[in-house]
Amino acid sequence: MRRMRYLGWISVSIQIVLFSIIILHMKLWESFLGFIFGREEDIIYPRAPLSILVGEHLFLVIVSTLLALIAGTLLGIYVTRPRGRDFLTIVNDVTAIGQTFPPVAVLALAVPIVGFGAKPTILALFLYSILPILRNTVTGLENIPPDIRESAIGMGFTGLQRLLRVELPIALPVIMAGIRISFVINIGTATIGAVVGAGGLGTPIISGLVRNNPSFVLEGALVSAFLAIIADQFLAQIERAMRAPYERALSS
Amino acid sequence: MNKNRMIVLENVTKSYGEKAALQGISFDVENGELCVLIGPSGCGKSTTLKLINRMLEPDGGEILIEGRSVRDFKPELLRRKIGYVIQSIGLFPHMKVSQNIAVVPSLLKWERKRIGERVDYLLELVGLDPAIYRDKYPNELSGGEAQRIGVARALASDPPLLLMDEPFGAVDPLNREILQVEFLKIQRKLKKTVILVTHDLDEAIKLADKIVIMDMGRIVQIGQPENILSKPANSFVRNFVGTDRAIKRLSRFQVADYMNRASSTTIRRLKESNYKEAASRRESRFLWITDEMGILTGWIDFKNFKESDRLEEGITHVDPSNFAVRAEFTLKESLSRMLSQGVRSLPVTDEKNRLIGEINLSTIEKLTELEE
Repeated sequence: MRRMRYLGWISVSIQIVLFSIIILHMKLWESFLGFIFGREEDIIYPRAPLSILVGEHLFLVIVSTLLALIAGTLLGIYVTRPRGRDFLTIVNDVTAIGQTFPPVAVLALAVPIVGFGAKPTILALFLYSILPILRNTVTGLENIPPDIRESAIGMGFTGLQRLLRVELPIALPVIMAGIRISFVINIGTATIGAVVGAGGLGTPIISGLVRNNPSFVLEGALVSAFLAIIADQFLAQIERAMRAPYERALSS
Repeated sequence: MNKNRMIVLENVTKSYGEKAALQGISFDVENGELCVLIGPSGCGKSTTLKLINRMLEPDGGEILIEGRSVRDFKPELLRRKIGYVIQSIGLFPHMKVSQNIAVVPSLLKWERKRIGERVDYLLELVGLDPAIYRDKYPNELSGGEAQRIGVARALASDPPLLLMDEPFGAVDPLNREILQVEFLKIQRKLKKTVILVTHDLDEAIKLADKIVIMDMGRIVQIGQPENILSKPANSFVRNFVGTDRAIKRLSRFQVADYMNRASSTTIRRLKESNYKEAASRRESRFLWITDEMGILTGWIDFKNFKESDRLEEGITHVDPSNFAVRAEFTLKESLSRMLSQGVRSLPVTDEKNRLIGEINLSTIEKLTELEE
């Protein structure tokens, strides 16, 4: 079991190294895409190197997920406390709307207010990813067995001590699963940011569509897909490590 | 006020909405006493327990701990001074055994070293090797082990008062018996004031110094177990304790207190090698036979023994550990063994199977006579 975890980290590390080599060595891309599409036309999106695009992309995703993490967990904690319980339904409903509302529509509505660039994109991604994090926070906290809560109260924890020392540590792996879902979905969704000039891996895709150059589209799409797969595995490893030793003890 | 009274409840009432859960409960528990609250489900016994550490607040009446109202304390601070054990134990799954036990001491901000020593002491107290169990997680424990940790955790800050809500309820019957005996040993050593809730009458009889029988939010009878069994206050209690209460009552008495000691003249015994003496002791019907070390080997019934018979042939050899009873056995166990062996008296032996006395059916019979 311990060995397995070790292997998981090695595999993720290897993928990250490979990914870095690919995006830092444009020649590799050029020959790969050239092999598919032939050499006659522009193979590689010329206006920005892949490393910059990936950097912009990760910036959009990380900032929006971090904001959603803060808002989602705080809201989740609040609506599971006695004084916030009344708001549980309404908060669930509002965030559900946030997720069903198409990000493109959010962009369209946000641009007139906050302008072009990263801001409307981050807003759209934030609204889109708050729901999985909130839902998982609520689930994680609500699923704490009542006897654990009762014994914590009976032993003399204050409300805050109980939250920080008992409830959140037990709920943490579930919350982490929500973060992973949001983050991975956001990597895919962030490509639309290119429409409003936020940069990122959507830029070659949009450009390729406009110029009818499938090689540009493939460049952006492949890299963002690869990025999503690696992020998913990386966060899954963290989640597994967080599924505190007590769960490992059970399965080993 | 009597200084010995650890807990006093005065006319305590509590209702959930329309439904009255407690309709004026008054009783007190002395320092070092083990008080069992018992009754059918919904009688209010668990509610009563939760009022004491303010998991619930009463609608009326007064609850005093060592003469001070529980309302004088902040609930959290009050609870840290009261050990609390629930049926499902509620160990924290993300904490090691040592961290679970250390919860209240660390809330009380004890020094790390003191906490470590306390954890090891408590693990040994509940019969678990600290080196093995300290670093385990709760899901690596059996039900019985988890229950022991639950008791250790409740005792962690050495509180004078312990509240236990069906503490042995989730353990299988065999382990429950073992845990009850072990808990009694710990309790005799530490002399905590304990209030224990159960619906298991045998458990109550075995553990309690005092039993409070409740029904529909009222106290029906308070008393020592043997008194409740011999003098049920009304038909409810009589039904509750069951028609076998005479036998149940026997589990309150220990062989040690009712046996004839081997040193007394009434007991008839003989060393196996000492054949000559047999004839002189023949006036009594039974003779316990021991070897040179005093270990029980058998008995002689002179009724079927003829003058001409050799002594060896008259001896019925027995396995002392199966046949004899021990001083710490209850009279209920002794009676059961007498019935299964078909005898009217049994030898009492020590842990090395040495004969130390004899227990007679007639003694037990006297104790089963009840007042109706």
